[in-house]
Amino acid sequence: MNVYALMFYATAVLITAATVLAITRRQAVHSVLFLVISFLGSAMLFYLLGSPFLAAFQVIIYAGAIMVLFLFVVMMVSADHGKEDKFPRRFWVQGLLVGFLFFAVTCAAVFSDPSGAVPLNLAMVTPKELGRFVFKQYWLSVEIISLLLLLGLLAAIHLGKERGRGKGGQE
Amino acid sequence: MIALYGHVLALAAIIFCLGLVCVVARRNLIMILIGVEIMLNGAAIAFMGSGLLWQRLEGQAFVLFLLGIAATEVSVGLALVLHAYRRSGSVDPDNYNVLKG
Repeated sequence: MNVYALMFYATAVLITAATVLAITRRQAVHSVLFLVISFLGSAMLFYLLGSPFLAAFQVIIYAGAIMVLFLFVVMMVSADHGKEDKFPRRFWVQGLLVGFLFFAVTCAAVFSDPSGAVPLNLAMVTPKELGRFVFKQYWLSVEIISLLLLLGLLAAIHLGKERGRGKGGQE
Repeated sequence: MIALYGHVLALAAIIFCLGLVCVVARRNLIMILIGVEIMLNGAAIAFMGSGLLWQRLEGQAFVLFLLGIAATEVSVGLALVLHAYRRSGSVDPDNYNVLKG
């Protein structure tokens, strides 16, 4: 077991532990903070799997922008609803059942296939190569993603707007 | 070598299943959105491992698109959560059973 394998398994344990802590916290703020740790661990994993560009993106977008957005909404919404999120046992039993079944099926599928035992070797993609590839082969997808982001922006503005009492507002 | 390909996929499956448990088990709209984010992250890990196995750039390209989709999904989802919270004063999904506009 070399140093890269050690880094992989340590990162895997870190991500899993942080995610388990995140989904079991009672306060949404705590789970968002544990989720930041989980996404930083994913960024380390992306670096290890050969893409420093996507690791930087993961830190900036996931651990930075998206989690800060979550923190804002948590602070806007649940300041006075700290005790509302109860833990009903039947939902947890159902959730664990579904999750374990899915995991068992996935592991059976992965480890029954011979490609599951293939070792991964080190490789790295520079941001230049990735950018050339994306804009040469998948330029249409880039355009679609940018349209999707624009639509998301419009939808967020429309939904987040305070409706006035007068015209058009039903509230 | 870094690790076996099956171990990377198993890690992705663990992360995805944790997100699934979060979506199914939690009774809070924000936690449900967090579960969806965790599931998307598991998918991204699977894409990275597969791209490294076959030495193709498609895996990383799709992780890039996945980031854009996750950002859109979370912004619209959080706007919906805020909208619903203003309307009913709660973030419990069981309280949104009225279809009146």
